Amino acid sequence: MAYQLVVVGTSLGGFEALTVLLGGLPANFPLPLAVVQHRGSSVEEPSSGVDLPLLLQRHAELTIADAEDKDALLPGRVYLAPVGYHLLVEEGSVALSTDRPVWHARPSIDVLFESAADVYGAATIGLALTGSSQDGAAGLARIKRQGGLAIVQQPATSASRVLPDAALKGTEVDWTVPLGEIAPLLRRLLGSPASESPTGL
Amino acid sequence: MTTPTRDNALEDMEIELLLEGIHRHYGYDFRNYALSSLRRRIRDRVQAEQLRTVSGLKEKVLHDPACMERLLLSLSVNVSAMFRDPGLYRAIRSAVVPLLRTYPFIRIWHAGCSTGEEVYSMAIVLQEEGLYDRCRLYATDMNEAVLRTARAGLFPLAAMKAYTANYLQAAGTAEFSRYYTVSHDRAMFNPALKKNVVFAQHNLAMDGPFNDFHLIVCRNVMIYFDKTLRARVHALFLESLVRFGFLCLGSKETIRHTHVETEYAAFDAREKIYRRIR
Repeated sequence: MAYQLVVVGTSLGGFEALTVLLGGLPANFPLPLAVVQHRGSSVEEPSSGVDLPLLLQRHAELTIADAEDKDALLPGRVYLAPVGYHLLVEEGSVALSTDRPVWHARPSIDVLFESAADVYGAATIGLALTGSSQDGAAGLARIKRQGGLAIVQQPATSASRVLPDAALKGTEVDWTVPLGEIAPLLRRLLGSPASESPTGL
Repeated sequence: MTTPTRDNALEDMEIELLLEGIHRHYGYDFRNYALSSLRRRIRDRVQAEQLRTVSGLKEKVLHDPACMERLLLSLSVNVSAMFRDPGLYRAIRSAVVPLLRTYPFIRIWHAGCSTGEEVYSMAIVLQEEGLYDRCRLYATDMNEAVLRTARAGLFPLAAMKAYTANYLQAAGTAEFSRYYTVSHDRAMFNPALKKNVVFAQHNLAMDGPFNDFHLIVCRNVMIYFDKTLRARVHALFLESLVRFGFLCLGSKETIRHTHVETEYAAFDAREKIYRRIR
């Protein structure tokens, strides 16, 4: 199965983790990346505040922006879940929702991961980075169940290990790697024949 | 994109059958709703009804109107807040209201108003700008139950702190607390705010135009629609807007890549206020 989408979830410590991950990927990265970083509190809040896409863009060659509803998913682009919205995917595009928070979070990582598992199934690469809640663990397990690839940031190298630990507990992940090695791993996986199974670094 | 492997094809088929059944039996058309959010909402409902499958939900919904009511609520309630995206209300106050003033009588349509938070927000802005008495606001939703809530003007007291912060950021000119009275755990909004509001049932997926408007507000409603249904609604809005009328979308919605794109100019691109130009 050729991979078609990378989904990334992170909360506490996520900004630093995302700068390392996204900074390690080339502008011609062959897949779109949909990213949930918990931003601010979960309750209704103004959409103003820190310009996360702009801050991340300084560290990356990929094109990074807050997702707009029904944006086409294009390779080399990073779609960030906007403040106050869940980010989901449909076939070939993103979708937003203002439905209730999940795990006190909106955006919620589980919501993104579950929709990716539903729509892209085995063509999904799910990536759980540092995070201080277990939001994302169930979603990663679902990606795995649907035949996708599950990657977790090594808990010891995570600013907060709650999400990595929960993800490892919740499913048989394919890879557990230090933060700095995730981008090289993705580059290698996507340059390899699709049939190759992960056997180790 | 190539077609991915999908182990949940069976569930997707069950959802299709459920929507078909609802349409034929109850007349509500969810067949062109965006699937990802719909799937989540339906799964939540399956759990809440203590059922195992979407097929089980279909059977219960078709034979038990009360269950349909509950499903309708979970499929159609869009969560919002008073003065959500305060920048929008600042822009309406400073840039749209001066242009609306030029009309002797102003009609505003809140399409998909849900429980009415944004309708009351608009009413407050219009009142503070001295324009309210010349306005009629049409607040429509497909769901009678949410319209009842909207009509009552009762919102959770616990939300008032966040709403007050939004109101201040939206350049409100009064004390926010003067707009409501407290009754137990609810805030009841001043009935004068709904004096010129008409709450009515209207289904964007099925119903047609019913008036000409100077401003249409439809925020975070079409995010739940697929591209086909969104196109239908945009056609409806175009038909319902006067020339140089305004259309407000949600902060992460865009008119780009829709068939009506060239009919509008971005009046305030950041706040997603568009103006009909022909």
